[in-house]
Amino acid sequence: MARFGPGDAVHVRAAHPPGHVRTPWFVRGKRGVVARVLGEYANPEELAFNRDGLPKLPLYEVRLRQHDVWPDYDGSPRDTVVVDLYENWLEPAGEER
Amino acid sequence: MSGHDHDHDHDDHAHPPDEDGPLTHYQALEVAVRELLIEKGLFTADDVRAAIEAMDARNPSRGAEVVARAWVDEGFRERLLADGNAACAELGFDTGAIRLAVVEDTEDVHNVIVCTLCSCYPRLLLGLPPDWYKARAYRSRVVREPRTVLREFGTELPDEVELRVHDSTADLRYMVLPRRPDGTDGWSEEQLASLVTRDALIGVTLPRLPEPAPA
Amino acid sequence: MTDGGRLVHDLGGLDAGPIAKDAQHDYALWEKRVDALLVLLSARGLLKVDELRRSIEQLGPGAYDELSYYERWIGAIAQIMLERGVLTTDELGRRMAEVEARAAAGA
Repeated sequence: MARFGPGDAVHVRAAHPPGHVRTPWFVRGKRGVVARVLGEYANPEELAFNRDGLPKLPLYEVRLRQHDVWPDYDGSPRDTVVVDLYENWLEPAGEER
Repeated sequence: MSGHDHDHDHDDHAHPPDEDGPLTHYQALEVAVRELLIEKGLFTADDVRAAIEAMDARNPSRGAEVVARAWVDEGFRERLLADGNAACAELGFDTGAIRLAVVEDTEDVHNVIVCTLCSCYPRLLLGLPPDWYKARAYRSRVVREPRTVLREFGTELPDEVELRVHDSTADLRYMVLPRRPDGTDGWSEEQLASLVTRDALIGVTLPRLPEPAPA
Repeated sequence: MTDGGRLVHDLGGLDAGPIAKDAQHDYALWEKRVDALLVLLSARGLLKVDELRRSIEQLGPGAYDELSYYERWIGAIAQIMLERGVLTTDELGRRMAEVEARAAAGA
């Protein structure tokens, strides 16, 4: 069952393990909001070593404001970047804004 | 000695040789891997040919056709946004088991697609991606300075529009449904599709009416 | 925070030059065959795309940038075939030598 729902503020874990990871470096440690719950998918970190990737993980479309990702971002304050992240990389972010 | 007049290897003969230069290390590796896998019965040379032909048949015009249909058929547009694979199948395009998400541009939001980690692309609909999409410059920069990158493609967006960059990091592949250009009322689907380029489906350009021909 | 542990493929936000948007090469037949190998192997459960990615990601920074796209792919496909025991290093080495000899004889 998905732990987060649309609109939930989430924090992307700032972990840097070796292995195969689909969480881009540039969003680790950043804050975003769940835009959509995309379903459940096999864990790529396990598939990478030819294991079955089970149990499947909920996958989320997480929307981050560019200004939260790059403090010196020089585009529009409305601009966002969207990444699809597996649940093991997300924590609740709390109400900080 | 000249070997061009006889079959000196197990290459698939339906295709011309790649090039005249000597075989590189990686080309030799490809031939060796393919031959051994075929000899072990894991697939046949015909399977390889069929896979190549299937990929050659996919191209951005399929995406353009999908977009044009969505512009003229509201019900199709809704189905496309809800389930990209099923909607493409309505037009006869098999997009495989990987989920295709179509993201819609509006007055307020412009979408652009990238894969910063590798080169994920809706290849089962659009075919192989352009070189720049797979290269370091685009993958590095478009998430950090997307407006500058779009400007390099000749695309200028007002600040009131949210520029939304989708990084295809996981199990979905993304395609943009651009806005229908003004001045196209009454156009046929075929005419509309001709406005939709590969780059517009990635989101780095916008569909545009052709420049009026010089008098 | 340093970038310790950041792998070569994880490019988002790095500095880079202009985009070569008009420099499209035609895919060579051998590149299309590499693409086909991946499709066929993955359809038969003989390779997972995430295995391929892992193998590519483990390339050093020099190799990642110097190799072309499909060179990275075929290198990774071969690596996975060895890891899974579908192919052996010995048979691959012998066949490559044979392929190179054939090409040299035919050139």
